[in-house]
Amino acid sequence: MAGTAKRQLAAGRAKSQRGTEESPLVKWLLIGLALLFCLVFLLLPLVNVFAQAFSKGWATYLDALQHPDSWAAIKLTLLVATISVPLNVLFGLAAAWCIAKFEFRGKSLLITLIDLPFSVSPVVAGLMFVVLFGAQGFLGPWLLEHNIKIIFAVPGIVLVTIFITFPFVARELIPVMQAAGTDQEQAALTLGANGWQTFWHVTLPSVKWGLIYGVILCNARAMGEYGAVSVVSGHVIGMTNTMPLHVEQLYQNANTAGAFAVASLLAMLALVTLAIKTFLEWKQHREFELAQQATRAESGDTLFLTRQKSE
Amino acid sequence: MSIELKKVSKKFGEVIAVNNVSFSVKEGELMALLGPSGGGKTTVLRMIAGLEVPTGGDILIRGQRVNDVSVQQRNIGFVFQSYALFKSMNVFKNIAFGLKIKKWKKTDIQARVLELLNLFGLEGLEKRFPHQLSGGQRQRVAIARALAPKPSVLLLDEPFGAVDAKIRHELREWLVTLHQDLNVTTIFVTHDQEEAMEVSNRIVIFSKGNLEQIGTPREVYEDPANEFVARFVGVMNVLETEVSGGVARIGELQFATPGQADGARLRIGFRPYAVQISTNANLFPYRAVLRHTFFLGIMLRLELELPSGLILRSRITKEEYAQLGLEDGREVSFGIRNFRILASDTTRLAPEQVVPHQAPPTIAENI
Repeated sequence: MAGTAKRQLAAGRAKSQRGTEESPLVKWLLIGLALLFCLVFLLLPLVNVFAQAFSKGWATYLDALQHPDSWAAIKLTLLVATISVPLNVLFGLAAAWCIAKFEFRGKSLLITLIDLPFSVSPVVAGLMFVVLFGAQGFLGPWLLEHNIKIIFAVPGIVLVTIFITFPFVARELIPVMQAAGTDQEQAALTLGANGWQTFWHVTLPSVKWGLIYGVILCNARAMGEYGAVSVVSGHVIGMTNTMPLHVEQLYQNANTAGAFAVASLLAMLALVTLAIKTFLEWKQHREFELAQQATRAESGDTLFLTRQKSE
Repeated sequence: MSIELKKVSKKFGEVIAVNNVSFSVKEGELMALLGPSGGGKTTVLRMIAGLEVPTGGDILIRGQRVNDVSVQQRNIGFVFQSYALFKSMNVFKNIAFGLKIKKWKKTDIQARVLELLNLFGLEGLEKRFPHQLSGGQRQRVAIARALAPKPSVLLLDEPFGAVDAKIRHELREWLVTLHQDLNVTTIFVTHDQEEAMEVSNRIVIFSKGNLEQIGTPREVYEDPANEFVARFVGVMNVLETEVSGGVARIGELQFATPGQADGARLRIGFRPYAVQISTNANLFPYRAVLRHTFFLGIMLRLELELPSGLILRSRITKEEYAQLGLEDGREVSFGIRNFRILASDTTRLAPEQVVPHQAPPTIAENI
């Protein structure tokens, strides 16, 4: 089948002078423009980050990363991601499950609510939490009474990160779960499985690619979030500074090499995320193609009629 | 009695999907639930399985009331229309799933799955995933998976709906043989009357949530309980007639209906095989022109056009067609051997009436 596709492609190329096609000049001009855009706006800044980070050599680069403040920022970022990603996997799974598998009143409202963190500006999201948990906020006095510190402390950072990254897992899972339907789950029930066994053996494996994809995106955002975290963190160096905040601070203090060193770590994270994402998409595409082939094989299906009688 | 439904109803909101349905299935029987889509047959099947809860009435499996028994505890095997194979498991794991859940010993699971693979002609496919199987193979895996934990009842929802016509015929024969071998009580849902007739021991016919008739394929075909069944099962000529002087008339056709009031409008129905044909113009009372001949294999369906413009369908064998020397456009004489008055309500139909004083039937009765 791949052969046919190639032939069709070749045929298309041979007919490139059809009336509906652009002239070669326009075609190459447009392609050139797109490439130029990618180069200037995507590739150049990325390369520059690494160039700047290493501008004063390896030693300076490692020094910058090993500085206690940088190290604290890295650790805090990892901590925030470690808490918020698993929680959002849980919330996302629960939300997607209930939206995809059940019919109830207010379902569309719930879907809209899940999207809320996407549509709200991160700074506003941060402010919402300050207004709720801050000293002058709605729950502020009560928290103060019980000596619980949320704003300008790690709990606040974790909370806003959870808020900001909430939609990623759910958004990835809802369409996958809806497409899978409830047939497989019902089949598991008729075979004697209870709810948990059904979820573990049937539902989870059938959405694994969507889930992994959602986790990757969720993690990237959890580590990279600036706006919301900036509002609630208070920028206490070595205490409540995450990597993005630290990068900003180093840059403001004219420590360019240090800023770009930490920035390069974040950029690395983005690249790894992209690589994994591309790999997953390729893998999913392959599975889809295999399924397609199997469907095509059906037309040539013949049934055994020479079955032996069971003794 | 393997399964018994007593006045079972199911409402979805305001919609009555199943209305006060009672029937029973004998141990080891192969039963078809037949009806047009939306007739309630799938809902009945899902209620027997425990996937839907009835809003009224009782369901009994082997004498035990199961209304409050969960799906998991009912010990039924269910085959979904879409097969619903576990996409992330290979064939072996699919079939073994129910056994694993029921905590069978590993060696027992191995033996049971191999036995089923063998029985279903799936040897060598145990490592394949569902997307690597053909439609027919998928269906066999689905049935093997449902049968693996040795259920007391096998339920199949439109088992032949998703495969193409050629394989469908082979699968029908296969299901009959399988049922003979295993002798497990089996109920399947279908909208295809031919399929129900061919495969099942008995048929339950549904329409709009009501049970219309229950009987053997022969019974429902030859002795339909009401007009719906008469028209749904098999082909039927249906004519709107008006009674005058104890005779129902339409165009040149006349049917003796003694006791019917003058002016009454009656629907008259008769099967194609009840229409007898001859090229001898004097043998039968009516004249017609043979408009079209449809070849259905051994049987042929003929479309007759009467001088009044009425169109009737007849059915004869290939041999008879050749003997009579028929061809399209040929003028023939015909008679109607027997007919029935179709009631418009769902009351029981009167027995079929034999038309007297006609030449003896020359056409074999064929379904």
